[in-house]
Amino acid sequence: MAAYTADLVDFDEALERYDPVLGFEVHVELNTRTKMFSDAPNAFGDVPNSNVTPVDLGLPGVLPVVNKTAVEYSIMLGLALNCQIAESCRFARKNYFYPDTPKNFQTSQYDEPIAHDGYLDIELADGEVFRVEIERAHMEEDAGKLTHMGGAAGRIQGADFSLVDYNRAGVPLVEIVTKPITGAGKRAPELAKAYVGAIREIVKALGISDARMERGNVRCDANVSLMPKGATKFGTRSETKNVNSLRAVEHAVRHEIQRHAAVLDSGEAIVQETRHWHEDTRTTTSGRPKSDADDYRYFPEPDLLPIVTNEAWIEEIRARLPEPPAERRKRLQADWGYSDAEFRDVVNAGLMDAIEETIAAGATPAVARKWWMGEISRLAKNADVEPTDLGATPATIIELDSLIQGKKINDKIARQVLEHVIAGEGTPGEIVEKRGLAVVNDDSALGEAIDAAMAEMPGVVEKIKGGKLQAVGALIGPVMKATRGQADAARVRELVLEKLGIEG
Amino acid sequence: MSAISREDVAHLARLAHIEMSGAELERMTGELDAIVDAIASVSEAAGDDVPATSHPIPLHNVMREDVVGATLTPEQALQNAPDAEDNRFKVPAILDGE
Repeated sequence: MAAYTADLVDFDEALERYDPVLGFEVHVELNTRTKMFSDAPNAFGDVPNSNVTPVDLGLPGVLPVVNKTAVEYSIMLGLALNCQIAESCRFARKNYFYPDTPKNFQTSQYDEPIAHDGYLDIELADGEVFRVEIERAHMEEDAGKLTHMGGAAGRIQGADFSLVDYNRAGVPLVEIVTKPITGAGKRAPELAKAYVGAIREIVKALGISDARMERGNVRCDANVSLMPKGATKFGTRSETKNVNSLRAVEHAVRHEIQRHAAVLDSGEAIVQETRHWHEDTRTTTSGRPKSDADDYRYFPEPDLLPIVTNEAWIEEIRARLPEPPAERRKRLQADWGYSDAEFRDVVNAGLMDAIEETIAAGATPAVARKWWMGEISRLAKNADVEPTDLGATPATIIELDSLIQGKKINDKIARQVLEHVIAGEGTPGEIVEKRGLAVVNDDSALGEAIDAAMAEMPGVVEKIKGGKLQAVGALIGPVMKATRGQADAARVRELVLEKLGIEG
Repeated sequence: MSAISREDVAHLARLAHIEMSGAELERMTGELDAIVDAIASVSEAAGDDVPATSHPIPLHNVMREDVVGATLTPEQALQNAPDAEDNRFKVPAILDGE
């Protein structure tokens, strides 16, 4: 028992002695309109047991029928993962007895997955690329949702009873299983996060899943084992279930490496078991050991017919695939000429699409980045909304920029105009007009303001006359104030020097 | 020769969460064995040139369009439930699940 509560081994130290081997099972909920085998709506957050048909409840005599869109989405995902698509595959019953499936089996695929033998190249933050081999991607259905009541809140331990909602039962899932991943070493936690992130990004780009991890649209089970450095025989693995954020995936893998090392160091053996991830403590606890209860008695589903593909169908689906996200990022960064750091910030801010649209609408990459990453992001943060939900559009940016380029307004005024746009006052042009914000280019009006400022600050004027040209700056402030910020600072400088007969 | 042992039946009962007495295990072992024997006669009829099959009808790709149809109401869904609460099926807490 002591071994399982033993202190964790320092991460770097663990990796001096052991090589980690990873494996992932990622479940992706497809965003089809209906369920995998019934025409009930596939929707989140509805009244419990309102999105169910007799098929979803496993009532006697019902017959499932495969959702064609779910099959096509599965093929799309298989292709995006560089998989072979099976010429023929069938469904199987995975038998188990638990209230989350009223049929006492989950309809899945066993020996004939729809997609197999693929790979995904995962780029880490510093550009190093790891190839993760995909063993298979198969179609199945989600289970119902249990809520444990009584006892310790929400935990099954000590619960008095459970309440079951079958709205989720039958929602189409694709389960993606990797081959064992070796050679990641100390980058294993980072790779884990990047892999799950890449899957999420791909299904989102394909438009086949809402890909919201907090809603369970993408769920990850992470397998970790250690073997002594240089060994080739894999150690016993643990399977950490339902690690449902990218950060948690990274932490869970890291934690399991440290825990395994402690167990192995003490001379104990790792028990093959499921582990539960706890986000609050960033630790795992023992779940269920592998036992003879993991005997699912798979057999071919007699109520469903095989899925047979052909080249024409697969090619027709392949033609619908968007550019892979990793390639798209590379292309856009090169096109826009952003530095790695600039581009990473844009991606992390979720503004790549917005910037792409803005550039497509005619802005330069520098202007698009300046506005989205600068003032729009700042205002969005203040308003606690996404920058893209603030109300600024590519057209807003292009108009603001053309007003600046035409010297109608300066940068500072442009930022004010943006705020008025967001407040719904109209287009930038209309706002400049309505609020009289155009820069004062009229030299006579400017001249008056400059004369007044010079009269007020004779000392400054003397300095300028004495050759200290940078002293002009002290006059710009009062001039700006007099013109309510609408003066062009460069023009003010020119006029001051002109008045004093000095060559700028 | 007996194809089904008492241990096989006890294992299946455990998987299915069915509590069975010793007498029940004995009886089911005999009955399941007879069923397996009966089904085994199929292999006498099928020669080596007949591949294993899971469907007798040579159909494939029987699929439906992704269009929402009629659903049950929560009341209908729950009308045969032994117990229900808050529009949901109420079941005993089962500890060995995930």
